[in-house]
Amino acid sequence: MRADDAKGMLGRALFAAAAILTVGFANFTPLAAYSVNLLMQSSTYAISVLGLTIVLGYAGQINLAQAAFFGLGAYSVALGTTALELPFFPSLAIGIVLAAAAGAVLGLTSLRLGGHYLAMVTISFQTILALVLINWVSLTRGPDGVLNIKRPSLFHGYFTDSGHYLALCIAALYGVGYLVWHLRKTRLGRAMQAVRDNELAAGVVGVDTYHTKVTAFTLSALLGGLGGALFAGGFAYISPDQFTFSESVVFLTMVLLGGARSPVGSVLGTGLLILLPEWLRFLKTVYLAVYGSAVILIMVFMPDGIWGFASSMGRKLRPRSPIALAELSPLPLTREVGREDGTTILEASRLSKHFGGLKAVDEVDFSVVRNSVHALIGPNGSGKTTLLNVLSGIYRPTKGSVAFEGHDITRLKPHERAGSGIGRTFQNVRLFGALSVLDNVMVGAERPGHVVEGGALGLERHALAALDFVGLAPRAHERVGSLSYGHQRLVEIARALAGSPKLLLLDEPGAGLNHVEKDGLVDLLKRLKGHGLTIFIIDHDMNLVEQVADHITVLNFGRSIAEGSPSEVLRHPDVVAAYLGEVESHAAS
Amino acid sequence: MGFNLQLFFTGVGVGSIYALVALGFVLIYRATNVVNFAQGDFAMLGAFSMVVLAIDLALPYWLSIAITIGAMVAAGALFNLGVYYPLRNRTFLPVIISTIGASILLENGVLAAYGPRPQSLPSVFSIQGFSIGSVFLDSQYLVILVVTVVMVTLQYLFFERTLLGKKMQATSQDKEMASLLGIPVALMIMLTFIYSAVLGGLAGILVAPILFVSVGMGSSIALKAFAASIIGGFGDVTGAIVGGLALGVIETFGAAYISVPYKDAFGFLMLFLFLLLRPQGLFGERVAEKA
Repeated sequence: MRADDAKGMLGRALFAAAAILTVGFANFTPLAAYSVNLLMQSSTYAISVLGLTIVLGYAGQINLAQAAFFGLGAYSVALGTTALELPFFPSLAIGIVLAAAAGAVLGLTSLRLGGHYLAMVTISFQTILALVLINWVSLTRGPDGVLNIKRPSLFHGYFTDSGHYLALCIAALYGVGYLVWHLRKTRLGRAMQAVRDNELAAGVVGVDTYHTKVTAFTLSALLGGLGGALFAGGFAYISPDQFTFSESVVFLTMVLLGGARSPVGSVLGTGLLILLPEWLRFLKTVYLAVYGSAVILIMVFMPDGIWGFASSMGRKLRPRSPIALAELSPLPLTREVGREDGTTILEASRLSKHFGGLKAVDEVDFSVVRNSVHALIGPNGSGKTTLLNVLSGIYRPTKGSVAFEGHDITRLKPHERAGSGIGRTFQNVRLFGALSVLDNVMVGAERPGHVVEGGALGLERHALAALDFVGLAPRAHERVGSLSYGHQRLVEIARALAGSPKLLLLDEPGAGLNHVEKDGLVDLLKRLKGHGLTIFIIDHDMNLVEQVADHITVLNFGRSIAEGSPSEVLRHPDVVAAYLGEVESHAAS
Repeated sequence: MGFNLQLFFTGVGVGSIYALVALGFVLIYRATNVVNFAQGDFAMLGAFSMVVLAIDLALPYWLSIAITIGAMVAAGALFNLGVYYPLRNRTFLPVIISTIGASILLENGVLAAYGPRPQSLPSVFSIQGFSIGSVFLDSQYLVILVVTVVMVTLQYLFFERTLLGKKMQATSQDKEMASLLGIPVALMIMLTFIYSAVLGGLAGILVAPILFVSVGMGSSIALKAFAASIIGGFGDVTGAIVGGLALGVIETFGAAYISVPYKDAFGFLMLFLFLLLRPQGLFGERVAEKA
């Protein structure tokens, strides 16, 4: 950890030094107009492309209208400083606000739906805006564009000089780049990446997925507007053809080429795609065709872009060493102990979920007692996972209600249920594959309503303690995708535990585990039980269920057929029939 | 009244083009869960192929059509191999972006070969059309309507009545299960791409005499076809057809009564309204992800 901190400090120092050097260079060295133009275009485009890093790279949502947001910023500065005779910075502020507002409205309307809708809505917005820019001549001056756009008049017109203005743009790029880089390691940034890697699991773990996506989209539009506003000031002339759909595709290609998941990649991709046409001037007519093929080839061979490719090479050459486990405080799981009063924590009444004519869950009643382990068993297709999905808010029940700690939660969304203290794992492991083991667990620790003392460091320690509980703390910094299946299951449990749940829902935690791993799981479950955690578990493995359960509910064809202590339930004739088949029907088949 | 009828007829004609391209979208979406952003460029390729064959090489019109359809078969197969197949196991995002790349490649490849000047293709008919009462029926629009009806009927019969059609449907519903049942899934997807390319090409052949043949014609048709398929209910065949026709009519009336320059915006406004008020479209169902 200390080595990491030192590395972080060094990185920040190098970044600051690079920033001061390049900004100073741009400010004090007179450059040829040609170079100034290329650099001005690169830096303002890069700011806009960093918006795509957030929305596409972090949050995994497509945005095919970045040129439109760029255009909103550019036209605000253009018309603000000419037609309205406003100073530069107020015009820029208007541009940012307009772009962000447009982004928020688009995001709010389309992000409830899948990615294809977003692609389509952004293209529509892009097309409509381009039409408006050309046709609303009285406002936008139409196809002729806007001339004589002003630069800031601050400090007696210091920034009207191209070199000085360029230095301003580069400084803005460094600032935005730092913020975007920093965002990755914040709660919001982790939530975005969780949504990108597994939206369903993100919601269940406590991320408000819709809100997170809308925020990412709005931030992306905002940076598009900022880039465009600076661009307009830099070139003093803009026209509608600079803000069309094909420019949006150019922005998208820049971020993909460089590597959408890192701000370094985005800036790299921008620079490259602005310089490439200059270098490839000799094949001007086929340039765009070459460029189209490049997009396909990048997607096929370097899906994470140049920077993503380089950093994965770096990881292979220099693998992360296991972390030292210095003085971890044990996970505070015990907050529920002392309430062993036999009260009900969760109560389902006449709960039903129908899919058309199929009654997957039908009029099921049960209640989970605090500090107990309650198992739900039943043959394949008996509705167990559907029931769990209703409990964790993925499905809306057709009828009936669920109460948690006396409050009706039937209408709550998954993240709101997580917020009230329900944790869950999945039958098919659902982790955030591109994040580290630790980051996965930290997303769980950051569920709404979960207070961890000690700020960012305290949160990290809490997540490490949860990992330590399942025995995986030494592997905290590895990519979760590189872990074995059994370990991934444990990470999922740690992720749920990190949110200090009052009730833990486990969906077949033993599925796919070998004998050794299963023994480990039983041991883990017994330890959790010893800590007094309330657990609701689904499993097939009777041996496992018998060892941990205090109470069993049996489901068959969506209905509860038996209920009681393990010894009672497992001898119940209906249960035996459901599992082994009745004698006659068995013979008939 | 006559004027409105005239507008309605034109709208339905334009709308059938959208419907044809939208059908291609829907088929590929159902087979691969991916939206092909180069679908409109199939129409552009079909139209350019006609210009090259029927005008530049002065081949007979019907022969040109036959060769163009053959070329579209090849284009669909190549597209599947180059753009979709290498990415088949990834999420939808890389595939979408790859199809966008293909769209840039196709448009600019044709641009480099043929230049930016729009071409025109004469209609195969010597008669411009005929009048019924006050309504003038343009023969090209009639042909578009007829071909659309025929294609939709054939497609229905193919998917519902033939074994190959059922195999393709099975593939689109559950690839894993289909392959367990011995259906060659990769081949079925290949066929889907080929068929969609042919549908797109046909749309191009049909629309070429009405519009100018230009590099950008495909993407503007495709955007509207996509909007049409969302209005109809994404993934639904009936929805694609009804949505396409509705969009064509709305656009034509909008241009006549509200504003010509903003003709292209009406469809997108409709799309916004639908996404806002009825995102599942006219015929679609909402499907939840399974945990």
